Amino acid sequence: MHKRVHYNTSYLPYLLVAPQIIITLLFFIWPAVQALYQSFLLEDAFGLSTEFVWFDNFIDLYHSEQYLGSFARTAFFSVAVAGLSMGMALFFAALADRVIKGSHTYRTLLIIPYAVAPVLAGTLWLFLFNPTLGIVTYFLDAVGIDWNHKLNSSQAMTLVIIAAAWKQVSYNFLFFIAAMHSIPKSLIEASAIDGAGPVHRFLTIIFPLISPTTFFLLVVNIIYAFFDTFGIIHAITAGGPGNSTEILVYKVFNDGFVGLDLGGSAAQSVVLMFIVIVLTVVQFKYVERKVEY
Amino acid sequence: MIENRPITTFVSHTVLILGVALIVFPIWVMIVASTHDALRLTQVPLPLLPGDQFWINLKLLFSGKEFGAPIHLTLLNSLVMALAISFGKIVISIISAFAIVYFKFRFRMFFFWMIFLTLMLPVEVRILPTYEVIANFGMLDSYIGLSVPLIASATATFMFRQTFLTIPDELMEASRIDGASPMRFFIDVVVPMSRTNIAALFVILFIFGWNQYLWPLLVTTDPDMYTVVMSIKQMLESGESEPVWHLIMLTALIAMLPPILVVIFMQKIFVKGLTDSEK
Repeated sequence: MHKRVHYNTSYLPYLLVAPQIIITLLFFIWPAVQALYQSFLLEDAFGLSTEFVWFDNFIDLYHSEQYLGSFARTAFFSVAVAGLSMGMALFFAALADRVIKGSHTYRTLLIIPYAVAPVLAGTLWLFLFNPTLGIVTYFLDAVGIDWNHKLNSSQAMTLVIIAAAWKQVSYNFLFFIAAMHSIPKSLIEASAIDGAGPVHRFLTIIFPLISPTTFFLLVVNIIYAFFDTFGIIHAITAGGPGNSTEILVYKVFNDGFVGLDLGGSAAQSVVLMFIVIVLTVVQFKYVERKVEY
Repeated sequence: MIENRPITTFVSHTVLILGVALIVFPIWVMIVASTHDALRLTQVPLPLLPGDQFWINLKLLFSGKEFGAPIHLTLLNSLVMALAISFGKIVISIISAFAIVYFKFRFRMFFFWMIFLTLMLPVEVRILPTYEVIANFGMLDSYIGLSVPLIASATATFMFRQTFLTIPDELMEASRIDGASPMRFFIDVVVPMSRTNIAALFVILFIFGWNQYLWPLLVTTDPDMYTVVMSIKQMLESGESEPVWHLIMLTALIAMLPPILVVIFMQKIFVKGLTDSEK
């Protein structure tokens, strides 16, 4: 944890941590405290007077059907994104782990989506599924599916889930592949000698042994779906149709910058901060209990 | 290879190729769309093979004040922001990790936990108050406003701390006996020994910085300060009619090219950085 020997100078260490600490104070701690403070205030529509209302903003959120709806939507969205992208990544990783030739090429192509900005990923999928022009819409039409995510809310949700999962496949793939490479070859060889086929080996040896990675990725993916998908939703649906794709982060932005409901938006920020803190703690608890092979 | 099963191997390859094709498909459609003219992109079905309008579209895009800010300006803004964020994060993280590992001073653990806190507060959850801070400092529409609030980084500090803990204590003792000051030791020993970590972090942070969206969207109102990634949204919304897809797709292609090239050509170091910084 610590070094055995240390330098003894009086002011230098303070000077060295100062830039990081100043930025943290100005742009992290202070805004967080502000959000907390504002979440207890009620401002009138013209911003002329403010009133200290204790937990009223939170109680309003608790009673707001829109907010609870957004909460449920976010939960569904993040589980769907995590499930879809992890499922695909695991599948690809299991296959790529088997083959020798070309595995580098597969990896190179599979990691491309990681580098694509969320809003650009959203734009690409919007183009593919454009109700009048999109190439995928064209093929869907040929098999009798009428696609219009601008009107149909479940199609809108499906589209943002696909776009968000697509971007995250690379990340999951890299971690699954790394986890599979760290499994001792002797284990797999032993079970092959015992007559277990590839599928059986995957289910009984590989999958259980990579379960710590799977759990880690589950948390990371949920954090990703909660907070990093703003650009995707902003580009594809802007929360619509209705509020059908308005997840929590999007609602904070919408209520604060578009609706100018400062107290309500701040209260939502506080709830989100709480969620991030819980998720981060879970993530770190996992890291501490990392399984060694 | 554990055993030789030609059929399984063949099936694996086939499924992998299909899977990769599925993942790359949106990118392919984007590239194709950027090589056709506006008229072709209004005719259903859209083309799946490249056309010959790429250079013409490129010229049009670089010539024009047609859509808000000219693209070379937004590209420059993106570059400045991405470099400022990645250099800034690396510099302030490496010096604060150096202080925390190599010095004994009051409040050391307090500072450490304070930095740790930043990990928990992504910009998305504190946008409004952070925006107010920037506005009060008069930093809207400036490179400082674009980059500085994103510079504090717990992950990078942690990563450097882990690296420093693996540097043998003898090196520091030896340099101290030789009469080298802490900063001399830092520059001559610590920084060179963290070279690979710095490179790996740089790749990750460059992509992080380049791909920022919500933050530039809030702090810039002057089109001359837009970044290329966020200019896409303006293009999607501009005009009453259908968006100009051939130019949008070309802009998207140009906007995602730098991070994609970085990921592909620095793949080894990128994968190392990604798996190290998270664990």
